[in-house]
Amino acid sequence: MAKMNLLQAINNALDLAMAKNDKVYSFGEDTGSFGGVFRATSGLTEKYGKHRNFNTPLVEQGILGFANGLASQGSYAVAEIQFGDYIFPAFDQIVNESAKFRYRSGNEFNVGGLTIRTPYGGGIAGGHYHSQSPEAYFAHTPGLKIVMPRNPYEAKGLLLSSIFDPNPVLFMEPKRIYRASVGEVPEEEYTIPLGKADVMKEGSDITLLAWGAQVEMIEKAAEMAEKDGVSCELIDLRTILPWDIETVAKSVTKTGRLLVTQEAPLTGGFASEIAATIQDRCFLYLESPIARVCGLDTPYPLSHEKEYFVDHLKVYEAIKASMNY
Amino acid sequence: MAKDKKHQLEIVTKPSFIDGSALKIPMLQILKEDGTLHKDAELPEFDKELMLKIFDTMQFIRVLDERMIAAQRQGRISFYLSSLGEEAASIGSAAALDDEDMIMGQYREQGSLAYRGFTVEQFMNQLFSNEQDLGKGRQMPVHYGCADLNFMTIASPLATQIPQATGYAYGQKMDKNGKCTICYFGEGAASEGDFHAALNMAAVYRVPVIFFCRNNGYAISTPAQGEQFAGDGIAPRGVGYGMKTIRIDGNDIMAVLKATQMARKLAVEENEPVLIEGMSYRMAGHSTSDDPTGYRTRDEEAGWRAKDPLERLQKWLLSKDWMTQEKADEIYQQKKEAVLAALKKAEKVAVPHIDEIIEDVYDQPHDQLQQQLRDLKAHIQKYPDAYPKTSGRIEGGQD
Repeated sequence: MAKMNLLQAINNALDLAMAKNDKVYSFGEDTGSFGGVFRATSGLTEKYGKHRNFNTPLVEQGILGFANGLASQGSYAVAEIQFGDYIFPAFDQIVNESAKFRYRSGNEFNVGGLTIRTPYGGGIAGGHYHSQSPEAYFAHTPGLKIVMPRNPYEAKGLLLSSIFDPNPVLFMEPKRIYRASVGEVPEEEYTIPLGKADVMKEGSDITLLAWGAQVEMIEKAAEMAEKDGVSCELIDLRTILPWDIETVAKSVTKTGRLLVTQEAPLTGGFASEIAATIQDRCFLYLESPIARVCGLDTPYPLSHEKEYFVDHLKVYEAIKASMNY
Repeated sequence: MAKDKKHQLEIVTKPSFIDGSALKIPMLQILKEDGTLHKDAELPEFDKELMLKIFDTMQFIRVLDERMIAAQRQGRISFYLSSLGEEAASIGSAAALDDEDMIMGQYREQGSLAYRGFTVEQFMNQLFSNEQDLGKGRQMPVHYGCADLNFMTIASPLATQIPQATGYAYGQKMDKNGKCTICYFGEGAASEGDFHAALNMAAVYRVPVIFFCRNNGYAISTPAQGEQFAGDGIAPRGVGYGMKTIRIDGNDIMAVLKATQMARKLAVEENEPVLIEGMSYRMAGHSTSDDPTGYRTRDEEAGWRAKDPLERLQKWLLSKDWMTQEKADEIYQQKKEAVLAALKKAEKVAVPHIDEIIEDVYDQPHDQLQQQLRDLKAHIQKYPDAYPKTSGRIEGGQD
């Protein structure tokens, strides 16, 4: 085991993947010998050469078009989009190409080797264009998998699964905790299955569900609520698409209450999809409405970042409201 | 098509590929690096007043950039982007325009905005995201915008402004108002799809737009030559799209002024879109989040320091007796004091009221947004210490 932060864990996963299979390629803006603006790809050029880890020109649609082509050829293309906020020029390539490559060709071709890595999320004084959490746009796209890890251990295991998963995966990295989240990580290769949520802590009164950086908020809020005598069950969804309905439904059947929190705006967010499915599955077990604790339906503001941010206090208040319903 | 004589193809019977480097585009330079004029150079239109205003603005921007980099290091602002070394490109081009022409920048054109008359206080209010910021404190530092000065608000996503400039200029052409649009971007942004869409549409619609590429050598860490593009830079692309194109020394204020003056004439009188590629160098890091020592050498930087646009202009002004060293130092000192005073004032101004958080999402905040604001305010009042910047000013709080 070694102590790693989330970035180091990602770097380590990329390193192991590239060592394991020489058809793994890593590329993006500034990701070559410079190692990326967050240094997630540090050292990879030195180790594997600039034909395996390299810079692209500044064109996201090109990066994804190239990655789709490379993956369709049988390679493992690990493409970095520098910020999730800048993924939109590549939207067409992801939504109409990556996601439909297999389906439209009757499985004559596929881009299963594609993994898109991108940092997402706020709380870093990033304003509108360095703070967004765009997972819901992509969750509306059958054919993609979407993974959002919460800590270094999870990030490494999930990224290794994503790279070698036979489907295109959008791997969204919580940049607010890139360096802040530190933990023990095995140095060798291991995987964590996609599509499987993690019950982090069992409880009996309410289920708290989150993914990525937001998991920290349910942990903190649960600590506060436990002091009030509320027993919280904590679940990290890990994979947004396809998501682990069984684990969440089983938990809510037991606790009778569900709180889902996401950084992204409320309306049309993935929390809404979860709420709809769980009320369908657990209607007779619910003791209060499913709570969604989300960003406001505004762009992500800079000077009001703290107010906008879905912090543990907002989650805690929502726990109380749910308990007192 | 058939009626268009220009596109009657010449027939050849022997195959020959045109080499990718066949088109060699030279660089216009008027003011040499030593601050003297090329003897046979065709000069731009200028008078003493114009050149002194340009010099004044260049000094201001240099002081502003220096001071705000320091302020970011001190933790007073969260982020900054310097235009060090590229002042001639933005300021010289703005000086060639009419004040009513639209400016669409990328994010390193504080010089153009200052030339238009954006005050040091306005700069500071944006940089400190305070309640006097025209952008209401919503964007990161340097994302300026000012409708009064015809300077479109900056967005971080790269190249999105380029096709917008084509559209804006189309509207100007339709209005027959004799105005044009200048659009700035870097050589990195010119790799984006939006760049190509923009130039093609501008050429097809023949709109009064000046595309001004600041080729400053780097897109964050990625060097232009060989990694951003394999060809001869950005200028040949203009020719490819059927557009009048010129490459200039972007650190030569005279070349910038001359080329942009001519481009503006072509744009507004002939409806000719123009591409200008200004060759320069990003002396600073990409931003305060970047450290260039990881990807380039000090020697390389030193080579470009010798081409400094401000020193070059100053030498020429001194030789012409339009400026003295004492006067130049005095202006620099004045700018420094003005920047410091405005900084100290702006950092004490409060952030916008929390009610602003839902404004401008639409023309009017809809009912759900208003409910979200009410909920948020109730929450803030419950935990005032957790939200110190806004809690004191919520009604019921200590306004």
